[in-house]
Amino acid sequence: MSKTTMNKMSRRKFVTAGLAATAGVSGTVAAVALAKHYGLVPPDSGGIYGPGETLTYAAQRLLTRHSMAREFPRSMISKTPFANELAPFNDAFKRFQASGFADWRLTVDGMVARPTSFSLSDLRSMPVRSQITEVVCEEGWSYVAEWIGTPLQHVLNESGILPGARYVVYFSIEPDWWESIDMADALHPQTLLTYAMNDGDLPVGFGGPLRLRVPRQLGYKSVKFITHLTVTDSLKRFGKGLGSASPEGGYAWYAGI
Amino acid sequence: MPDAPSPLASESPRHAAFVRVTHWITAICFFALLITGAEIVVSHPRFYWGETGNDLTTPLFKIPIPASRALVPTGYGYTLPDQNGWSRYLHFEAAWVVVLTGLAYVLWGLWTRHFRSNLFPAPSDRRLGAFWAIFAKHLRFQRPDATEAFSYNALQRAAYLGVIFVLFPLVIWTGLALSPGFNSAFPLGVNLLGGRQSARTLHFFVSICILLFFLIHIAMILLAGFTNRMRAMLTGKPIFGTTIRGVAAVSAEPGTEGQP
Repeated sequence: MSKTTMNKMSRRKFVTAGLAATAGVSGTVAAVALAKHYGLVPPDSGGIYGPGETLTYAAQRLLTRHSMAREFPRSMISKTPFANELAPFNDAFKRFQASGFADWRLTVDGMVARPTSFSLSDLRSMPVRSQITEVVCEEGWSYVAEWIGTPLQHVLNESGILPGARYVVYFSIEPDWWESIDMADALHPQTLLTYAMNDGDLPVGFGGPLRLRVPRQLGYKSVKFITHLTVTDSLKRFGKGLGSASPEGGYAWYAGI
Repeated sequence: MPDAPSPLASESPRHAAFVRVTHWITAICFFALLITGAEIVVSHPRFYWGETGNDLTTPLFKIPIPASRALVPTGYGYTLPDQNGWSRYLHFEAAWVVVLTGLAYVLWGLWTRHFRSNLFPAPSDRRLGAFWAIFAKHLRFQRPDATEAFSYNALQRAAYLGVIFVLFPLVIWTGLALSPGFNSAFPLGVNLLGGRQSARTLHFFVSICILLFFLIHIAMILLAGFTNRMRAMLTGKPIFGTTIRGVAAVSAEPGTEGQP
């Protein structure tokens, strides 16, 4: 191979590599800008795991915005549902428990036209929806149960969601236990505020008296003992601004995988 | 022994630059996925068949190790440190990198006819006898002859094709079938596998198959000459000195090539 050919070869390689690198960088910049514009970047997208989380969340939002979690026939309801261990209940919870949760209330505030609070009987008088779906724990185990409640969408509409709302943040009565979901999940017909399970009231071990079920995500997004919902356009003001308590404890905010 | 193309005359590398780069990205992702996958299993080292399974149901089998979660009935009186959070983050990030890399590799391989010329067994080798001859050679612990530094034999080709076109697609499929979001959009993916817990068990077994491939891959590289094989995959150039002696030995005594 002559020297001229070598030079031509390396020059061509150099130009090709340069073009590929430029295309790669500008492609990534454009993709990030598009993802931000369409709300495809999760709140925990900083750090070394950010690119993976963003790819997962963006891909799933493009594919699953309206998809329905699998529902099962009644014969597949697990005879032995399993509930993970809970920290000892705080005094506030014990007081509600002593009175049979008669005074339990769900407060809805933030970007809503009519901030309000609902009693359990208010919620029970709303449209009832039930679903037989699987609870999937990040540890690996699962069970199928029938969940009965009212769609979160209905409760939010009762309060009047203001334009610009992007997330719903929800809090347990237990401290430091809160999560948030985007509007695609919040308005999803299978996202239920559940107060009953299988044949009776929702047992305390499974989140009674009120648990938000998000069946398209892992179990840890289905927070137990819900007392408070906040509609917001930004998660920056909540906790460390990572979206929920999970990323603060090292777990992904988006748990659709 | 057919004439090997003279290695010295050839300017083309043993492995194309694209193969070398994608190979090492895949290797890094493999380790990340293996370690984090093991950490995730440790949080619940029980496996089930069907749709559901938990601490209150009978497992298909258990791995006899302590768990990183207190409630799992492992028979041990203690729990391991919980590493699930970062393990899950890294598992999915590495999965993205290896899937995108694998996609680029397959497209490149089809475009450049890499699979046809380097991995599909040569026409003369597409019979059981050819596989058996190589297999028997391995059983007699014969070292590979010189030509094998420049091309893969039929058994190697079958193994690489199996990993690329069977095990990798299977591990991606069974992994995706564990995603509740993905399953809501493509329920057939998990239903065809027999349910969520079956998918998890299969994901585990396919991972074990890939791990076995990796162990054999490393053992064979050690047997064939670690430095030469490593240099070929890093720089594209096998070391020629040893190869020339090997070629000379082949032409001198065809019956005894490469024997230790």
